[in-house]
Amino acid sequence: MRQSIRASITIRGETMGQATLKITPPNVPAEKVSGPWGDAWRAFRKNKTAMLGLCIIVFFILVALLAPLLAPYGYKEQELVNRLKPPSGDHWFGTDDLGRDMFTRILYGARISLWVGFFSVIGSIIVGTLLGVLAGFYGRWIDMLISRVFDILLAFPSILLAIAIVAILGPSLRNALLAIAIVNIPTYGRLVRARVLSLKSEEYITAARAIGMKNSRILLTHILPNSLTPIIVQGTLGIATAIIEAAALGFLGLGAQPPDPEWGKMLSDSRQFIQKAPWTVIFPGLSIMLTVLGFNLMGDGLRDVLDPRMKN
Amino acid sequence: MKQPVLRIEDLHTHFFTDRGEVPAVDGVDLVVNSGEVLGVVGESGCGKSVTSLSVLKLVPSPPGRIVGGRILLKGKDLVPLGEKEMRGIRGNLVSMIFQEPMTSLNPLFTVGQQIIETVRLHRGMSRKAARAHAVEMLQKVGIPRAEEIVDEYPHQLSGGMRQRVMIAMSISLNPELLIADEPTTALDVTIQAQILDLIRRLNEEQGTAVMLITHDLGVVAEMCHRVAVMYAGKVVEEGSVYDIFNHPLHPYTQGLIQSVPRMNEHRERLYSIPGNVPVLSKDMQGCRFAPRCPHVMEVCMRSLPELIRQEEHHSCRCWLHGSSQEDAV
Repeated sequence: MRQSIRASITIRGETMGQATLKITPPNVPAEKVSGPWGDAWRAFRKNKTAMLGLCIIVFFILVALLAPLLAPYGYKEQELVNRLKPPSGDHWFGTDDLGRDMFTRILYGARISLWVGFFSVIGSIIVGTLLGVLAGFYGRWIDMLISRVFDILLAFPSILLAIAIVAILGPSLRNALLAIAIVNIPTYGRLVRARVLSLKSEEYITAARAIGMKNSRILLTHILPNSLTPIIVQGTLGIATAIIEAAALGFLGLGAQPPDPEWGKMLSDSRQFIQKAPWTVIFPGLSIMLTVLGFNLMGDGLRDVLDPRMKN
Repeated sequence: MKQPVLRIEDLHTHFFTDRGEVPAVDGVDLVVNSGEVLGVVGESGCGKSVTSLSVLKLVPSPPGRIVGGRILLKGKDLVPLGEKEMRGIRGNLVSMIFQEPMTSLNPLFTVGQQIIETVRLHRGMSRKAARAHAVEMLQKVGIPRAEEIVDEYPHQLSGGMRQRVMIAMSISLNPELLIADEPTTALDVTIQAQILDLIRRLNEEQGTAVMLITHDLGVVAEMCHRVAVMYAGKVVEEGSVYDIFNHPLHPYTQGLIQSVPRMNEHRERLYSIPGNVPVLSKDMQGCRFAPRCPHVMEVCMRSLPELIRQEEHHSCRCWLHGSSQEDAV
């Protein structure tokens, strides 16, 4: 729609010359004003690697959503006669040590990984943003308290902290998700805090106060929307990290429990067969790599588009 | 005598920094009468902006704080008021325009949304009525195609247009007093003239009192009825624009006027007042301008002169003028 309008304008420009352009507006429907988001999307579409990332992500999301339709077998279905069979027409990705179809399990695994990735990041973003805004906007002792907690959390290697949390809560996929979310809170919290601190000195915030706006309203209408872009970028990259962390916890036996087809878990279950049946390790590994790559490419693209410092 | 819209009495706004207490505004007295444009002039760092922010109580705190004095808005003291009461005043009775039109609008919302928000906040109008009001305001400040511009984002507008939008926003509630903090400094000269013209028209047509903060004496000469010259947190001279330009009394004012380049005189170099604005501290003695003053006397170093009325509407803070000279000697 928008493109057709634009095309017609250029045709008018070419055929009628510049002078007529001035009087055309009344009969040409005004092009819908695109906000900063529209601009960002247009720039994003031009970024090839970022679009590739987006395609990979969309592909995996579709796979996850349609897994029950696409999968030729059940992910728990065992055929003990067909153990560790190499890829074939019946089993595209081969079978594992219990004779389960690897292709099916990879499909279902996409559900788990994406689920953990999205929700752990959403969890950390919500809590992190809340704390970051409190710390940045209100400052003083609140800032002291929150920032010190962040420092403490960041002092631990994240995977170690996640292991500790899972060890306390008990190994399960849900607890792994929770642990990953908690571990990543300081990343978002600090990001938002820094953003709020710099926004606070923006003139439009002073202008908003000069016009009689309440603090809470300034937070909601000015500070939060303007803090959104770094959160989106970090969040996208964060999903990749979260997927790896989930796979790592799965690999250590602290995440998904059998028979859930979690990619990391599949890797660790099959590692003893790495020489005899490499496909049991290659395909889960590739899947992890591809999804993570997808999110990283898209995250980098988003940063190019959304981060004002990247613009020339 | 006209009823003053704003009367600032002995205002002290200090900043509490690591290097000690800085009296950015150090006993300022100012009056803005209704329907009047008061110019506040001075070099950077002399306390002009802090004075204006103090009126709205928007001085960043910490480190800043109003430590003394009264700010009477139509007779009502704002200093003891709480945040909630101040919100009812900001935008409604007193509003403010800032220096940088590029950054004083939120980039994520259309200009309409931002004006509508303001109007709804104070007047509780319906969305539709507020929008109509926003368009009307944009037209009033001379924005062409106001119906379309209302749906545009700040980055689609030029600096001059944005400043017009800012003005539209700040007058949308018909305030008694408009504080303009260097409203034209960041604009092209041609746009400057348009914006100043707009402010003057608002002043004449609506009777909005204006406190115009600037370091540009040309702007003052063109716009203001009265002028207050500030130096190092104090008002050093105050008078009608005629008096200030024709017979400035304070050596600082004289220096400022001399520094303005003149078209009809040929000079090798422009005049500039030697030295810099002093670092403000609580234990300053004597006249703040003494170290840079060409007429400095012994008394200037020892004690601070009072702001003394010289004529009907002309006062000056200098040992060269006024009766207190004899008292001190």
